[in-house]
Amino acid sequence: MTVAVVQFGGSNCDRDAVRALDHLGVDAERVWYEDGLPADPDGIVLPGGFSYGDYLRAGAMAARDPIMSEVRAAVDDGVPVIGICNGAQIGSESRLTPGAFTTNASARFQCEPVHLRVERADTPWTAAYDESDVIEVPIAHGEGRFEIGDEAHADLVDDDRVLFRYCDADGNVTDAANPNGSTDNVAGVLGERETVAVLMPHPERATLPDLGRSTDGAGILEAFA
Amino acid sequence: MTNYTATVTVRLKRGVLDPEAETTQQALERLGFELDDLRSADRFEVDLDATDADEAAERAGEMAERLLANPTIHDYDVAVAER
Repeated sequence: MTVAVVQFGGSNCDRDAVRALDHLGVDAERVWYEDGLPADPDGIVLPGGFSYGDYLRAGAMAARDPIMSEVRAAVDDGVPVIGICNGAQIGSESRLTPGAFTTNASARFQCEPVHLRVERADTPWTAAYDESDVIEVPIAHGEGRFEIGDEAHADLVDDDRVLFRYCDADGNVTDAANPNGSTDNVAGVLGERETVAVLMPHPERATLPDLGRSTDGAGILEAFA
Repeated sequence: MTNYTATVTVRLKRGVLDPEAETTQQALERLGFELDDLRSADRFEVDLDATDADEAAERAGEMAERLLANPTIHDYDVAVAER
């Protein structure tokens, strides 16, 4: 029984995720996408990187890979699944979560710390926080702008499925604090079940104390603990 | 069966920001070109055999639905020609 970190060709945050989970005392292992999921995983991480070289659209190819059918089945069984950065793009391309992540408004790759406001504290991913807490976690993406149609956006808000919004250090959700032009400053969303979430920022890069900056991301990964 | 080329054009829905197109437009303007707007699109040319043009279009449309386009941000159209 373990958390499966699915490694596609071009994933590059799979080791980071395993190390961060190890640090939290969570048994985790990398799983090569062609090998399929282990039996009865405790959880699944779709890690960051550049699966399939970001061909066509970031996450588009991996989302259609056979292992994603297994991930979908695991979701239906209630297994917690989180998609981080490229994993978030894979999750949205798989329709596990609503919306799409596309080219940053800046048209640039952005690698920087950002602040996130916790919009829901009653999910497995945010049980370590209080609602409206502000956490600092880094982003590193070129295609992280959250886009969603007006109707679907209204549903997203009505259903309370926004998990994190980009904000300033005081928790104000402003245009200036929106790094990539995301609709409604959305940085992370929930799937149909609260056990499924995707986010563009990297909690696994804000978990190990020896990395020297924030450890605010640990609370998200503690969902697997 | 007839040989067809189905051309699938995938473009961003109107109103969806296109930073690449904006950057391209700015570069053209720096070169001295005058233009009101610029939109970009992806074009896929799919060679396939089908019983008729409708079938070829239907299959190419399914390719767009399932992979080539993301319905959240894209519109697409399909044109079929014999090859």
